[in-house]
Amino acid sequence: MRNAVQDTSPLGDGALAEIDEDPASRKKFLRMMGTGGAGALSLLIAACGSSSSSSSNSKSTPPPKKSGGGGGGSKESGDLAIVNYALTLEYLEDAFYADVIKAGLFKGSALETIKKFGDSEHQHVVALEGVAKQLGKPAAKPKTKFPLKDMKSVLTLAATVENLGAAAYLGQAAMIKSPDILAAALSIHTVEARHAATLNTLLGKSPTPDGAFGKPATMDQVLPIAKKFIVA
Amino acid sequence: MTDTSITAPGLEEVEITGLSRSAFILRGALAASAVYGAGTVGPFVGEALAAGGGGDIGILNFALTLEYLESAFYKEAQKKVKLSSKTAALAKLIGKDEDQHVQALTKAITGAGGKPVKAPGVKFPFSDEKGFLKLAHTFEDTGVSAYNGAAPSIKSKAILSAAGSIVQIEGRHAAAVRLMAGLPPAPNAFDPKLSKDQVLKAVKPFLK
Repeated sequence: MRNAVQDTSPLGDGALAEIDEDPASRKKFLRMMGTGGAGALSLLIAACGSSSSSSSNSKSTPPPKKSGGGGGGSKESGDLAIVNYALTLEYLEDAFYADVIKAGLFKGSALETIKKFGDSEHQHVVALEGVAKQLGKPAAKPKTKFPLKDMKSVLTLAATVENLGAAAYLGQAAMIKSPDILAAALSIHTVEARHAATLNTLLGKSPTPDGAFGKPATMDQVLPIAKKFIVA
Repeated sequence: MTDTSITAPGLEEVEITGLSRSAFILRGALAASAVYGAGTVGPFVGEALAAGGGGDIGILNFALTLEYLESAFYKEAQKKVKLSSKTAALAKLIGKDEDQHVQALTKAITGAGGKPVKAPGVKFPFSDEKGFLKLAHTFEDTGVSAYNGAAPSIKSKAILSAAGSIVQIEGRHAAAVRLMAGLPPAPNAFDPKLSKDQVLKAVKPFLK
């Protein structure tokens, strides 16, 4: 459908075009940031610098060369910035499932699945908060708002969020320095992938919409979408 | 082999700040292996372990062996048993992905100056859809844990990214197969990881 990008490399060079569906999104996002969204995400962004939105070789994007540890000139860099980025996404997912359950749209086995997914996201939040505390300061929990109209649209939104989450983890994996944090991120990444595939299947879509290789997304691609659900 | 570690330490649970998650799927996979597999480790195992002499190429060859196994399994499934149309479609889709993983890994190994391992001899004990689904989710769950266990040791960022893009698909396959089998698609908040030895034990019954 909107996946207009050809897979050039068999190892998936991950242009992640389907998320980058709006070519203006990066500009728009930067504008938004400029006009003073001061939430966790803007801090994150400021901290991370803008990792290049490489559409041609995102997999070999070098890690941001900041001060390596946590202290230096910028508030966050390296693994802490990545962990806080992941934490912010997990906060979103956690809040989303909590809202969905509260909204009472689902019953039976669908509700059980949603509860299970929500529980896992909550555990991701707790784990990442712990890691972020070890490295420095965890990202602030954003205030969120999600459009929750009916089952179909909620499942669609859930699928969007989970597919994005999986792409986001994949996009960071090669930049993580600590093997322990990498192992943790990977163990979460495949759970996001399982969630995404489940929701796709429930919606009658392919569990593997990008084919045989998952596509990574950069922070620049993910954050503008995430930001839609964050209320200042 | 008298190694008795089949049940436990292998199942290192994911450790994040003291959180650990039960690894019951993998326990299941390993228990299955204990039941089926009294045999010795096939000759291919030595080959897979020796090929490339470790490092990234060793990991890639290890992954290639698993992908060969999966690829052969889905091919056999489409011929050997009568699957419902939905299950057959899923088997076909997944099989195609595994074929592409085989090709990509082969290319990556050659590109890195290594020698790709050959496809192992395989045998799959199943005779109906239920048996197919059971083996399929065992392979996919084991695949997820194998990649997740090996990935932190990968030195090349490009290879790590490639492994990540494959393991995401293994995770998606696992969920789709589990849904089809009526099992929880994502039973753990953190997917457990397996060491190479644990993976080899888990897949040993299916090699000849």
